[in-house]
Amino acid sequence: MSIYSEADAKAILDKVIKLSKADECTATLDGSIAGNIRYALNAVSTSGIISDAELGVQVAFGKRVGTATINEFDDASLEKVVRRAEELARLAPENPEFVPAIGKQKYGASTTWFEKTAAITPEYRAGVAGDSIGPSKQAKCIAAGFLSDSARFSAIANSNGNFAYQTSTNVDFTCTVRTEDGTGSGWVARNLADVGQFDAKSEIKIAVQKATASKDAKALEPGKYTVIMEPAASAGLISFMMFGFDARQADEGRSFLSKKGGGNKLGEKLYDERVTIYADPADPVAGVLPWDNEGLPRERTPVITKGKVDYLQYSRYWAKLKEKKAIGQPGNLIMVGGDKSTMDLVKSTKKGILVTRTWYIRMVDPQTVLLTGLTRDGTFYIENGEIKYPIKNFRFNESPVIMLNNIEEIGKPVRVGDDESPFVMMIPPLKIRDFTFTSLSDAV
Amino acid sequence: MQRRDFIKASGIGLGVLLLPAYGRVIAAEELVGKLDVGLKKRLADTAMTAAKADGATYCDVRIGRYLRQFVITREDKVQNVVNTESTGVGIRVIANGTWGFAASSDLSADSVARAARQAVQIAKANSKLTTEPVQLAPTEGVGEVSWATPIVKNSMEVPIKDKVDLLLGVNAAAIKAGADFVNSMLFQVNEQKYFASTDGSYIDQDIHRIWAPMTVSAIDKATGKFRSRDGLSMPMGMGFEYLDGRKEDKVSLPGGVVSYGNSYDMLEDAAAAAKQAREKLKARSVKPGKFDLVLDPSHLWLTIHESVGHPTELDRVLGYEANYAGTSFATLDKWKSKTFKWGSDKVTIVADKTQKHSLGAVGYDDEGVKTQRWDLIKDGILVNYQAIRDQAHILGLEHSQGCCYADSWSSVQFQRMANVSLEPGKQKLSPADMVKDVENGIYIVGDGSFSIDQQRYNAQFGGQLFYEIKNGKITEMIEDVAYQIRTPEFWNACVAVCDQSDYRMGGSFFDGKGQPGQSSAVSHGSSTARFNGINVINTARSLG
Repeated sequence: MSIYSEADAKAILDKVIKLSKADECTATLDGSIAGNIRYALNAVSTSGIISDAELGVQVAFGKRVGTATINEFDDASLEKVVRRAEELARLAPENPEFVPAIGKQKYGASTTWFEKTAAITPEYRAGVAGDSIGPSKQAKCIAAGFLSDSARFSAIANSNGNFAYQTSTNVDFTCTVRTEDGTGSGWVARNLADVGQFDAKSEIKIAVQKATASKDAKALEPGKYTVIMEPAASAGLISFMMFGFDARQADEGRSFLSKKGGGNKLGEKLYDERVTIYADPADPVAGVLPWDNEGLPRERTPVITKGKVDYLQYSRYWAKLKEKKAIGQPGNLIMVGGDKSTMDLVKSTKKGILVTRTWYIRMVDPQTVLLTGLTRDGTFYIENGEIKYPIKNFRFNESPVIMLNNIEEIGKPVRVGDDESPFVMMIPPLKIRDFTFTSLSDAV
Repeated sequence: MQRRDFIKASGIGLGVLLLPAYGRVIAAEELVGKLDVGLKKRLADTAMTAAKADGATYCDVRIGRYLRQFVITREDKVQNVVNTESTGVGIRVIANGTWGFAASSDLSADSVARAARQAVQIAKANSKLTTEPVQLAPTEGVGEVSWATPIVKNSMEVPIKDKVDLLLGVNAAAIKAGADFVNSMLFQVNEQKYFASTDGSYIDQDIHRIWAPMTVSAIDKATGKFRSRDGLSMPMGMGFEYLDGRKEDKVSLPGGVVSYGNSYDMLEDAAAAAKQAREKLKARSVKPGKFDLVLDPSHLWLTIHESVGHPTELDRVLGYEANYAGTSFATLDKWKSKTFKWGSDKVTIVADKTQKHSLGAVGYDDEGVKTQRWDLIKDGILVNYQAIRDQAHILGLEHSQGCCYADSWSSVQFQRMANVSLEPGKQKLSPADMVKDVENGIYIVGDGSFSIDQQRYNAQFGGQLFYEIKNGKITEMIEDVAYQIRTPEFWNACVAVCDQSDYRMGGSFFDGKGQPGQSSAVSHGSSTARFNGINVINTARSLG
């Protein structure tokens, strides 16, 4: 498998559309070359390269829909996959919520491809592992990390004449560094489209420093504290909250954005007025494909503006029913911030807690988006603008809606990836008052 | 448990129906066919010959055909019916004392031989970084054998129409009983796995699993409150007979709750779920404090999974999962001391890859080791871990414990959790008798929210149904309950476990581990158990 050119991808999709005898046909062609290296206990454990491509075909006869996919692209396979989708469509019951395929669309430009990332070699990956393991060993620490990179192409077409093609790259690096005696643990993560912006040697210093500085942590009483959340620490909470932004769920009365008596809270101010979050496929740092899973164009979309809910996600069916315009579902979330770094926020803090990252976040109550989870890999007590000492990890029970009302200060956004989130995010460090920790954890 | 996979498969969450990410989609009639075993043996021999010729000292070959079917509905609508298939070969070798792996979806002899040579090449390249050569615990070849999940009805042979009719009937029953919304699903899995190794094994296995989850929601428009009750079914290593809903598999529990054993009455549970979801809207909010908890097996499985299953995985204990899932508080020194008190003397916990109807039951694991059952915690003391062939020597074991698994032909097999279960109590004791002894407690049924730290000390669990117990009696349904534990304290607070007659299994279809992540399915059995003096918090909040 290779990264197909636009012409090659179009030729395959054109053939598929032509083969279909259904009332309408939508096809997607995606492929990637993904590499990874995994290391633990200061040694490489696994590494590999996976090449894959997949053609998806969805056809409809009236309101009956069938879907099939295949990873072979010779003429016989293309015929097979189209017939299979058609057969499933004939067997399927009518879907009363069927919406016809989209018409021809115009998509904006977004920068998602970086040559340097596509050119990553096994030697480069081994080098990153070496750059993590060397300094860790020197500091009497043990490194465990994972670097994954991918180059991919995506193409869509349908029988209404719509077509789009784009390539993209991504790099995700995480490394946990633990002291040899297991009493300290630090972590660093970087998510990028352009590996040219990545320097493992300088990143690993952060994890080593946090590991050694977090030894001999003291226990603080659980309770409400002012916290400085590093971008990775709050990204998971903010991303989780987006599951409640579905318009249909809100209208049905089963979201925190449902209104008493019916309807939804679109347009209501629910957050501190300094909270502004938007989606923009053309963002220069967190760019994403200019179309969503259904081929709808992604546009710059305000999600929360000065604390006011500006966006709910309408499926095409629900939009039609509610006479709304269905727009592309966001692929990124960009939270507006200032210029201050995490350490600048620490400096302005009289008493507080610095949280490096949060872990195992789960929904406790969707009514209020109450989430639970824990701090991990570097939690420190701050006094008079200085990090005083490491503290034991806490379990939190907190709602991101409450968290985004209790804002003291917002720093400079950075790009964050999260393996449990569908979004590429730009999240600033946040100073939050009254963040609720409910118990202590002995875990290092 | 991996949230993302479930969301992806079920379409729950953002409200968009996504195609489950498991291989290509195929037509229904293709779900009952199988690859010829003679062809698989020839391909395996081709791979092993090629690997040995290039210098491998060991080689195993897994030829897999993974079939899945998903039927997804809400209220009176079928949202999606998807059949997927993924077929290919994964080849693992040891060369220069180092593992190498390569996989291909192309099952031609040339391609299989090429993948075998590629695996050797990768092993040799990685061996430059090796500090300790792989030590593989011996496993005797078993020749040509086969094993199959003991199913009565192959789910893949049941017509789609019957499944759609069942789910739409379930949804109608819930709506009729007062639900505002209901989502119901059927997940069916058939793993056709062929394993061969240079130890002389050729093992053909046919594995089936089924899961029928549902979520029933009730809304109070006037107050804006909404509550849901998930179905009390459990994923099982069974065929479609799990949905027979036999009388003898129904269990009547305190509080008027009905739970299920080796078969499930989905229609009956849908109606109960609707009534209980409505009841939850009006239930009293819990006053936080210390309570004696009586935990039903439909709830306790998840606590066992998170607080015993994961921390006894040897790769976590050693540090191989440090960057993602984490390590474990159950360090080797605790095991070596032979005195580490994980729990009270009522607590005996076993790992078992042979348990009938369990999700993890197979004849042989994914490195050809015959499956077995062993103690992890005996009378409260940590006595063992879960280890595979290249880890057995660390525990001084002569053989692997047979808990190696890969979620696809294209994934590298590694240590995965066996079914880990709490042994029933030896004295005759029913849940009703257990409740009679409790002065100030909460009875919890069904699994809910779950979260645990990276060393498996601090955990928090919710549930589906909560009932207050006062002076030996269930008084009323309560809400907003979650309990927080520190693992050893929790298990040491276990004062009673009901007898064998109450033993039931729960489990997870999507247990996540590894980077890149892999999913596995695992069961956890127990009888109802009592834990004294556990910290309960109130989870109600106000958004103003």
